Amino acid sequence: MGAMSTDPAAMRVVTALRAVLLLLLLALVPLAAWAADLDETLAALASGGFEEREQAVATLGASGDPRAVAILQALNDGTLLVTEDKHIVIGKDATYLDALTGNAVETSAEPERIRVNNRLRNEIEAALAQLNLFSPDPAQRLAAASAVLHAPDPAGAPVLEQALAAEKNAAVADALRLALAATSLQSGDVAAKLKAIHTLSGSSDPEIRRLLGEVADTADAPQIKAAAAEALRAIARRNFIIEIGANIFQGVSLGSVLLLAAIGLAITFGVMGVINMAHGEMIMLGAYATYVVQEAFRAWLPASWFDLYLIAAVPVGFLTAALVGAAIERGIIRFLYGRPLETLLATWGISLMLQQAVRSIFGAPNKEVSNPAWMTGGFDLAGGFTVTWNRVVIIGFSLAVFGLLTLVLRRTSLGLHIRAVTQNRRMAAVVGIPTGRVDMLTFALGSGIAGIAGVALSQISNVSPNLGTIYIIDSFMVVVFGGVGNLAGTLAGAMGLGIANKLLEPFAGAVLGKILVLVGIILFIQFRPRGLFALKGRAVES
Amino acid sequence: MRGPALLDRTGWLVFAAFAIVALAIVPALATLPSADSALRLPAYLVPLFGKYLCYALLALALDLIWGFAGILSLGQGAFFALGGYCMGMYLMRQIGTRGVYGNAVLPDFMVFLNWKTLPWPWWGFNHFAFAMTMALAVPALLAAAFGWLAFRSRVTGVYLSIITQAMTYALMLAFFRNDMGFGGNNGLTDFKEILGFGVQAPNTRLALYAITVVALGASFLLCRFVVTSKLGRVLLALKDAEARVRFLGYSTARAKLFVFVLSAMLCGLAGALYVPQVGVINPGEFAPGNSIEIAIWVAIGGRGTLVGAVLGALVVNLAKTWLTGAAPELWLFALGALFILVTLLLPDGILGLAARLRPMLGSRLVPAREQRR
Repeated sequence: MGAMSTDPAAMRVVTALRAVLLLLLLALVPLAAWAADLDETLAALASGGFEEREQAVATLGASGDPRAVAILQALNDGTLLVTEDKHIVIGKDATYLDALTGNAVETSAEPERIRVNNRLRNEIEAALAQLNLFSPDPAQRLAAASAVLHAPDPAGAPVLEQALAAEKNAAVADALRLALAATSLQSGDVAAKLKAIHTLSGSSDPEIRRLLGEVADTADAPQIKAAAAEALRAIARRNFIIEIGANIFQGVSLGSVLLLAAIGLAITFGVMGVINMAHGEMIMLGAYATYVVQEAFRAWLPASWFDLYLIAAVPVGFLTAALVGAAIERGIIRFLYGRPLETLLATWGISLMLQQAVRSIFGAPNKEVSNPAWMTGGFDLAGGFTVTWNRVVIIGFSLAVFGLLTLVLRRTSLGLHIRAVTQNRRMAAVVGIPTGRVDMLTFALGSGIAGIAGVALSQISNVSPNLGTIYIIDSFMVVVFGGVGNLAGTLAGAMGLGIANKLLEPFAGAVLGKILVLVGIILFIQFRPRGLFALKGRAVES
Repeated sequence: MRGPALLDRTGWLVFAAFAIVALAIVPALATLPSADSALRLPAYLVPLFGKYLCYALLALALDLIWGFAGILSLGQGAFFALGGYCMGMYLMRQIGTRGVYGNAVLPDFMVFLNWKTLPWPWWGFNHFAFAMTMALAVPALLAAAFGWLAFRSRVTGVYLSIITQAMTYALMLAFFRNDMGFGGNNGLTDFKEILGFGVQAPNTRLALYAITVVALGASFLLCRFVVTSKLGRVLLALKDAEARVRFLGYSTARAKLFVFVLSAMLCGLAGALYVPQVGVINPGEFAPGNSIEIAIWVAIGGRGTLVGAVLGALVVNLAKTWLTGAAPELWLFALGALFILVTLLLPDGILGLAARLRPMLGSRLVPAREQRR
């Protein structure tokens, strides 16, 4: 029956059956004494008034007996019935199962439902939460432990201790320890309370802060008050540090995005001096290349290979943007060297045409580019601060691209030629460096790296014809801030701006933070017109 | 020592011809022939021409600083929009109780945001004279502060272009925020009256158009006056070799600051004239792309000529209107190609082309040809 798995009532019955099964296994364990108690409790449940029933529910909750789960759930669902001969059964479909043994029970007359009221329902929920501490599912145990933490009851302490002793999962054990501390904060001697405060100060849960605040305000013993206040201060300090750390991580993450976007520009603008307004469109081409590679993988390759598409997209994105870049350099930009403002206008024209071309080919709406499985999800670092894998991958990737580019410029003959042409074009030509070809290759390199950036950015932003315009101004800011003609400056500029942005965000909000950063750059340029790391010597004059 | 005359004889003739066409023939065609006559200028064309002339004024302002002092500001759109917002605020205050919420003091969007009092930047904008002063003063103050910082520390060329772009970008982000109190995303619109005349009325539109023509003509003469003065010589000199002019004892920073502020005021004026004719002002006007487009008008018309800037703005915008109607998907291709072809093949723009094609006629119209490197 397909509906079985989705219907919540049916689900509950399944859970109940599973619990009954567990009970049958546990029947081997000598639990005779418990069974007798349970019999008595059940009898109270069936015959007593609501007060006796409450008592019985609390006893069931504290019993830690797995059978109690099924019984309480049945009670809550109204399927816990009592037969004429005071036999307590759980009704399921048209059959009746003995609440304790799980055996089918034949009855002549229709069994009577054990009634519950709202107050009893609350008791049942609390008891179930306590019992869930022994659930086979760690997630359920964790939820149960934090439920106890949020409503600590000194009476539940023995159960918590019992659960803690049996617990194998470290995260659940931690939660249980906190819950236990929270209960002993309610009752217990001064030493136990102090110990509990010490344990609680290790957590960042807002509920614990509330509990400690209560203790700090209302406790009788002055040393407990002081300890609670000190614990609160420690938590506040730690939270502040975690928050700063989280902001810095997000800043580095934003910085790596900026670095990726700007690093190609650091070549075309920084090294060659071309005001490349079409830089953003090179990023966009890389993103669309990623989309095309993804569709190709979907269409022609087995599904198990799909997660590799992003790796294949890196060279494709590089080549696409590099070829377009080389064509632009040979076709247009080489006629404009030495006229930077005209280059600005011509490349702006190129960017308009590329945008419109992509819009004509792929259409204006955003294209869907999916994250491969290895880039989704994340892990919890500290104090509720989650690090997602795609951020980690992009940080690593941007640093790798940066390192690779530095190697190319420092260690290859192409890099040597590029640096020579940058420093003194005429002299480079005289010693036999083909300056025209070097120009083309440099521009292609810068554009190709922008294409690679597009592959990475397709994972975190919308792939649309306007993708480039989002990044172009930021890219220029990074390069200008870091210092033109200086790769290390680009790295410092990107990270500095990213971190400054994220540190300002909590105080000023995202948009105002960005405005402040822009104003900061404008003012900064006044004092260091050539950026953080200015070139010195003759290159300054040109 | 004065440079060349304000305008030579051909120049005055062209100027007069333009004035007659714009101030006599266009209004006559818009009003005199009967409504179904073929000669009658359709009503929607008057504000459209007004809009083009505002763009022409904007281009003129950019040419003054780019063509004559070598300052390629990519933030002129910001001064334009600020002037526009000042006019927009006046027009918003004039709506009064006719707004959707009928609040006599607060514009609709403030009532919508549940604001109780008028924020201080809006004070005084119910007075036309104050609003118009602000439309010139706000851009001038921003340009003075920005220019003083930038020229004093000798930020030039590409760096200046990029930080002016950052300025307009920052302003765009700021004006998009609702908390700024300028209508956020939607900007200011739904205007009713200017000085008691309905903004939609044909006669008001014709008057606004005529005022724009006069403003453009006067600004043109003012710019000619500046560039033919001694200051104009200094500007032209510092465009080519700023360090040398500085060594000769001129304060290049002050000269640049003067034209930069003047240009910003002209942009503000253009914005203030633009808003009542278009009927809306929103933060999109601050978009960096708009400012770059102004540079293209100037480059296409012919940089450093003033006339060329006006011509470029008119030609490009006419083409834009026609092409976006006829083949919208082609417009960006055409505009992009125009950028590329003009910079590659026509470094002196349309006027330069005219001068090359007809040396005996065109040369006198091109007073300040750029020294090609």
